[in-house]
Amino acid sequence: MPDGGLPSVLDVKDLKTVFRTRRGEIHAVNNVSFHLEAGELLGVVGESGSGKSVTMMSLIGLLPMPPAEVRNGRVMFEGQDLLACNEDQLRAVRGARIGFVFQDPMTSLNPVFNVGFQIIEPLRKHMGLSKSKARARAVELLELVGIPDAARRLGDYPHQFSGGMRQRVMIAIALACDPKVLIADEPTTALDVTIQAQILELVKELRQKLGMAIVWITHDLGVIAGIADRVMVMYGGQVVEQGPVRELFANPKHPYTRMLLETVPSVTGERAERLQVIDGQPPMLAQSPDSCPFRARCPLAFERCEQENPKRVPVGPGHDAACFWDVDAGAPRDV
Amino acid sequence: MRGLRAMFDTSANKKLVEVDGLKMYFPIYTGLLRRHTGNVKAVDGVSFDIMEGETLGLVGESGCGKSTCGRAILRLYEPTAGSIKIDGEEIADVGFDKLRKMRPTMQMVFQEPQASLNPRMTVAAIIGEPLSEHSGKSRSDQLDRIYELMDAVGLNRDFANRYPHEFSGGQRQRIGIARALALNPKFIVCDEPIAALDVSIQAQVVNLLEDLQKQFGLTYLFISHDLSMVRHIADRVAVMYLGKVVELAPREDLYADPLHPYTKALLSAVPEPDPVAHDNANRTILQGDVPSPSNPPEGCNFCTRCPSVMDICRKIDPEFREVRPGRFVACHLLNDTKMPAEPTAAVEA
Repeated sequence: MPDGGLPSVLDVKDLKTVFRTRRGEIHAVNNVSFHLEAGELLGVVGESGSGKSVTMMSLIGLLPMPPAEVRNGRVMFEGQDLLACNEDQLRAVRGARIGFVFQDPMTSLNPVFNVGFQIIEPLRKHMGLSKSKARARAVELLELVGIPDAARRLGDYPHQFSGGMRQRVMIAIALACDPKVLIADEPTTALDVTIQAQILELVKELRQKLGMAIVWITHDLGVIAGIADRVMVMYGGQVVEQGPVRELFANPKHPYTRMLLETVPSVTGERAERLQVIDGQPPMLAQSPDSCPFRARCPLAFERCEQENPKRVPVGPGHDAACFWDVDAGAPRDV
Repeated sequence: MRGLRAMFDTSANKKLVEVDGLKMYFPIYTGLLRRHTGNVKAVDGVSFDIMEGETLGLVGESGCGKSTCGRAILRLYEPTAGSIKIDGEEIADVGFDKLRKMRPTMQMVFQEPQASLNPRMTVAAIIGEPLSEHSGKSRSDQLDRIYELMDAVGLNRDFANRYPHEFSGGQRQRIGIARALALNPKFIVCDEPIAALDVSIQAQVVNLLEDLQKQFGLTYLFISHDLSMVRHIADRVAVMYLGKVVELAPREDLYADPLHPYTKALLSAVPEPDPVAHDNANRTILQGDVPSPSNPPEGCNFCTRCPSVMDICRKIDPEFREVRPGRFVACHLLNDTKMPAEPTAAVEA
């Protein structure tokens, strides 16, 4: 639910996705709820297997079903429930009203078509532009994402671009139909830091120019700190904490968020003699979702964490966390 | 010569690894006749020393040659030119038999634990392979040693007969580390050992590497693109760009006061996990991409992207020299003071 005055463009409620495997069910996404306000950038942080990508793929029906199954939930986007849509309706949304940028630009671009074709395709399919108009728009888009000599480069193939340039092409494709929401799944993870800095700068610029809302998935807390307005921390298929970026980094309330922030060394500031660690291994998603996913690694875990799965409770303005322990009071929470 | 040098070397630490003018070129063959038409200059004249018990961090972006450098130092490649001494012994051009005898002193931990462990071998067989190849121990002695190593890296002994796929990424990396430790090496090249791991597991592995270093007196070359992790683990840091070391300095000096424009840009590009710092950050954003190592620019390799490029940079390749005690930089910007050319240790050979 939006708690600010701004209307939300995307509203996800109780999303639950499971994978059916021979060894039983994998609870990849477990009762995830979140909303996205117009024009905001929501950062989604989590380690591999935390469910951040699967959540976003579930929203727009990009998961192979079976083995995946979206068991529960509602995804409101522009007045329709995406989970109730059929394939044709979804196709009209995907790539048009909701754009995507994936992690590895080399594998998400088709190597046998030139980039011009790949940018023009959604323009012709979704917006019904004529060939020449689509071409002009494609040049415009490449210029927008900072690719020099755009008109000539339309004829180039993905392998002729560097990693950073390829990611710019991906962004151009995602922006082609002027989407309301852009979902970026680890878009800078495969890039070097200096190239990552260029892409982050580009995204900040584009947000100002175009004003779309962005969901930015990453495992890099540094990147999130730099670009997000609001952060959602995921662990074991669940949202464990959510809040405005400054508030969350200054006052993390979930033990996982706290420890995660402490394990990351920095290039400035104090250098710790020894790194803080989170003991143990990432969670097995095959386990039953009836207890807190973090309990095995949590230094504060107590009996209740074993018996119930905590729900998210408000812990500050626009800030909530799913934990039975109140870290400020140093005592269990009364909920 | 060595005696003289040792006399002047007043520091208590002994140089364990000495790399001088290391070059590693990969030939390019083109055309129907597969003619040799050029070289990929992956490592192009790199010199540094590593003291005993020290960790030297080697950082740089992908394709800068840092991994190639690490592999060439262990002679996993045949270096094109240069000298590599490990524990005083030249290894750049020794014969295969002699090299094999020296292998136990120098080991490697690889980036992808998944790809560097044979999926058909059990953990015990993986850790025991160097023992059966080099140590001549009996099977039961080998097994004792395998258990000892598993304890040292924090793996449960009961898992000795399991296969790599049954372990998580962090545990697999522990197997790789145990294998590297098996023959009591002095020097270990860690090639991006944490890059494939999750944030919360990275810290576990780094702490383990630090503990083992203390316990066994190991010397590391820690190759990584993660500048914040290198700041944590390394004593000194070398920054590579397009096949060359552009700056080499003690850790605190490098991070507090980087001298080379590339180091400055690289450090300012690292996103800090602190939203407040981002607002105040004064970033240098480098334009463009790294040039191809098969066709590096004339003059300084960084001249195509350098924010403070001068005319001289496009003509003359700056010398890698000691500009302050312990701080080596290859940049014309630091040469204008025209200090008298002192014969430094790095130039001597």
